[in-house]
Amino acid sequence: MAMEINEIERLIREALPDAKIEIKDLRGDGDHYAAHVESGAFIGKTLVQQHQMVYAALQGRVGGVLHALALKTSAPMAQQQA
Amino acid sequence: MDNMAAERIRADIIATDVVLYMKGTPVFPQCGFSAQAVQILNFLKVQFKGVDVLTDPSLRQGIKDFSNWPTIPQLYIKGEFVGGCDIMREMFQNGELEKVLQAKGVSYAPPQKTA
Repeated sequence: MAMEINEIERLIREALPDAKIEIKDLRGDGDHYAAHVESGAFIGKTLVQQHQMVYAALQGRVGGVLHALALKTSAPMAQQQA
Repeated sequence: MDNMAAERIRADIIATDVVLYMKGTPVFPQCGFSAQAVQILNFLKVQFKGVDVLTDPSLRQGIKDFSNWPTIPQLYIKGEFVGGCDIMREMFQNGELEKVLQAKGVSYAPPQKTA
């Protein structure tokens, strides 16, 4: 069943050690999350690439055991939109 | 990956300017995220083709492999992957989606600026 916030955060931090991570459990059911991830690794990347990096960090869980993860990514300073 | 599915996707996104891979159809979306994506495109009056991945398991997996993207919906404009539901919403809200449509020569109706 689903995933814990801690586990999601741990996997993202493993791949993006500098990341500021905020995760909310939207329905309290451990299955619908919203995450905001900010990392220097996103600088110069498109939004698609940024999301792909987070999905890669979660190693295939998104769309599988992790049903819904509304994702917002940004680079520090926020002027890096592609 | 399933080559038939990849071929079909490649043909679709070349043949049609705007293609939305989704669960259900534009009239009857079968998932809230797909419904949101349809809503955004309808709001901008963009003509698009909705491809229902639920009718074809090989396509459902195929589009994920093709785009290297784990979720549905997925938006393609002029053969290029634009993003999933979150990116569509973000780009819609900050006006980027209109810029992309404009840059790629896809016709749409700019939303009325009201207070």
